[in-house]
Amino acid sequence: MKQSKNLLAGKRDTLISFGIVIVAFIVVQIMIMTGNISSSLKGQLVPICAYIVMAVSLNLTVGILGELSLGHAGFMSVGAFAGIVATTSLAETIPAAPLRLAIAMVIGAVCAAIAGVIVGVPVLRLKGDYLAIVTLAFGEIIKNIVGVLYIGRDSSGLHFSLIEQKFELAEGGKMIINGPMGVSGVTKISSFTAGFVLILITLFIILNLVHSRTGRAIMSVRDNKIAAESIGISVTRYKLLAFVISAAFAGMAGTLYAMNFSTVTAAKFDFNTSILILVFVVLGGLGNIWGSIIAAALLTVLPELLRAVNDYRMLIYAILLIVMMIFNNSGVKERLMEKRAARRAAKQVSKEGL
Amino acid sequence: MTFLSYLISGISLGSVYAIIALGYTMVYGIAKMLNFAHGDVIMVGAYISFCTTSYLGLSPLVSVLLAIVVCTVLGIVIERLAYKPLRQAPALAVLITAIGVSYFLQNAALLIWGSSSKTFSSVVGDWSIKLFNDQLTITGVTIVTVLACVVIMVALTLFTTKTKLGTAMRAVSEDKGAAQLMGISVNSTISLTFAIGSGLAAIAGVLLCSAYPMLMPTTGSMPGIKAFTAAVFGGIGSIPGAMIGGILLGIIEIFAKAYISTQLSDAVVFAVLIVVLLVKPDGLLGKRVSEKV
Amino acid sequence: MAMLEVTKLGISFGGLRAVDELSMKIEKGGLVGLIGPNGAGKTTAFNMLTGVYRPTDGGIRLDGQNLVGKKPHEICKMGVARTFQNIRLFPKLTVLDNVKVGLHNQVGYSLIESMLHLGSYRKKEQEMDRRALEILKVFDLDREAGNLAANLPYGKQRKLEIARALATDPKLLLLDEPAAGMNPNETGELMDTIRLVREKYGVTILLIEHDMKLVQGICEYLYVLNFGKLLAEGTPKEVLNDPAVIKAYLGD
Repeated sequence: MKQSKNLLAGKRDTLISFGIVIVAFIVVQIMIMTGNISSSLKGQLVPICAYIVMAVSLNLTVGILGELSLGHAGFMSVGAFAGIVATTSLAETIPAAPLRLAIAMVIGAVCAAIAGVIVGVPVLRLKGDYLAIVTLAFGEIIKNIVGVLYIGRDSSGLHFSLIEQKFELAEGGKMIINGPMGVSGVTKISSFTAGFVLILITLFIILNLVHSRTGRAIMSVRDNKIAAESIGISVTRYKLLAFVISAAFAGMAGTLYAMNFSTVTAAKFDFNTSILILVFVVLGGLGNIWGSIIAAALLTVLPELLRAVNDYRMLIYAILLIVMMIFNNSGVKERLMEKRAARRAAKQVSKEGL
Repeated sequence: MTFLSYLISGISLGSVYAIIALGYTMVYGIAKMLNFAHGDVIMVGAYISFCTTSYLGLSPLVSVLLAIVVCTVLGIVIERLAYKPLRQAPALAVLITAIGVSYFLQNAALLIWGSSSKTFSSVVGDWSIKLFNDQLTITGVTIVTVLACVVIMVALTLFTTKTKLGTAMRAVSEDKGAAQLMGISVNSTISLTFAIGSGLAAIAGVLLCSAYPMLMPTTGSMPGIKAFTAAVFGGIGSIPGAMIGGILLGIIEIFAKAYISTQLSDAVVFAVLIVVLLVKPDGLLGKRVSEKV
Repeated sequence: MAMLEVTKLGISFGGLRAVDELSMKIEKGGLVGLIGPNGAGKTTAFNMLTGVYRPTDGGIRLDGQNLVGKKPHEICKMGVARTFQNIRLFPKLTVLDNVKVGLHNQVGYSLIESMLHLGSYRKKEQEMDRRALEILKVFDLDREAGNLAANLPYGKQRKLEIARALATDPKLLLLDEPAAGMNPNETGELMDTIRLVREKYGVTILLIEHDMKLVQGICEYLYVLNFGKLLAEGTPKEVLNDPAVIKAYLGD
């Protein structure tokens, strides 16, 4: 029956999302074991996982909440640097790398969530275009501030300063974040498996959230704010909730990403990264979680595979973005669907022999 | 004296922002959309001027006129191809499309002109005025930029208030449906707005690169975003607002660079945007618009 | 004490006085109409009652509690629900989910339970489904439960909006032109539904309507607004025979 299709759509999406991720993980593991994987692709595995988490979490803000955020990379940055400080500080206390990574991710998530609250409280009062431009502004502010942040650690603990290094480290101390130079000499403790687990956790929580009373409240805010308020939904509360959860997952993705490279700078998490993630979300389909997963993975892998296209990659993304938006919103899609429905109806009639 | 010279650089940079902001504010006022690609039209204008002077050896004035023509056409084409099909679409879709156009222009420029920066030679030439026993230098670019900004603002104000086309523009901005019923062609009015805005962007691009001679495919994006900030600051939709907002923002940026930190100057500018939007969301000279229930 | 007491309510937009000195008293269980020519300020009055606009002066009390200055979602929790003149559904949600959002504050579970689908999640969701379908059945919409709200025909969208408002378990239900765009058959059906809703849910109803057949057919008491001011009040028979009211509607 037609109506049950929509009621079960949620279950189907969940199954597809987990299915894609698990199958892809197994395939890649087999490729690694049989040595059928190029070294460049192998190097991309952890970033791909981070991008998938970024795309899925941004989809919560853009697709489910319906607000355009152009500063998602800012939260990734907060998570990345918080994670680096955490792992460096905990290196001796917790020698087991996976546990240390997990704790660093939680710290990264908490810091990004706090940043999300700080950004979200003022920003979410604005609407539409203003909100987008202010998230962009905040992303740049975060980038600028992290770019002048100096953090060092010695026997007496952590030292912070802004703009210039205003502290002296005791003997044996170590600079963790060195202003615009960023971080170097990070112990790489991220792994593909860690990325896989993080994706599963992200999917589990975000998909559950979407299919709950909280998710419905968030989507009602997206569909019609005034109507949502009129039936007792606090628009501010649910906007902030979605935004902060989205930021927290971006923070975890940031930690995962940072722990995969030996050097990380704040400039890595700029506006272009935010846009790249947005491209994944839009091309995968707004509100479509498994679409985000496929888009993030494919668009990161494809240019690696098709070297020749690499130069034109961003140009093609840009064109796809425009074409997708026009196709979905200008009535072209409706006209095509009507034609298809009409054809189907005609077939039905001829079959029944009226 | 250094304070004065910072102030003058601030006004000069601010005048460029003001010219860009005028384009933003007009398009926002009439098409009700944030044309994210506006900043990248600036970059295209600067490249056209650069190519025609360096490769074809044309005079600066001709190169500027050519840049204006190309950008005007570009603005109209962008509007027709990308934005016009989306007149009835949700704001989110239009904004994402505009971001797509911005990305398209940047990457097309990257393919055509390469990623290395070009050294732009000033279209104004290399002269300056020295004051107070040579303690204060005002460059020719500064003088021309500020003058251009004032002339453009006055001309636009006269155009929108005194001419028939300008009145049509204001009518479309107030109420598209009613304007259409009065026999105004909404489509051509919107095209005209994009044409004017993009032409101004070309001028801004040439002046910006004359003062800061590094030209790259991404040259326009930051000034574009800051100019939008300026337009919001002054009150979106208001012509004098764009000018005041632009100049104030330029001064704030230069002072932040000079007295706080070069790396944090953008953060300061964006912090201003956020504070303005929270304290006075309609900007200094803006009108309040509320949603009908 | 009346259930809803509106005293000298007024609002100005700039220099325009949209509603002025509006006073109403509605008893529990009443079915009251708010009528008047276009632009008289009826919807503005609804917007003040539901907190969308903050009145410039005057008071609103529901069962003695002050509503002025409260946010729309708080007013809903206090027991006022509404529909809109231009339908405002959640188009991308299913019909069932539209009603379930209405049940948001009626059946609750925590954010953690939302994220992990643990604890009372399953039980509470089932309860929501059951209650939502029950309401949908009253409006003969239960067979549409799985369709997207955007795909419903116009008349059913109007009904769904009332169903969603009822899901919030209101004491007072405000209907803004429920019969707009309906043909006489549909209007007749709607009148039956409104009567049924009042009996079944014991809800007090205040409605804005231009369709005089509906107003005469179901309203027990009428308030007439003209140019933002109360022009007349009384039973439908009294009001509709009042020369001032006829003049306001038909002109001189």
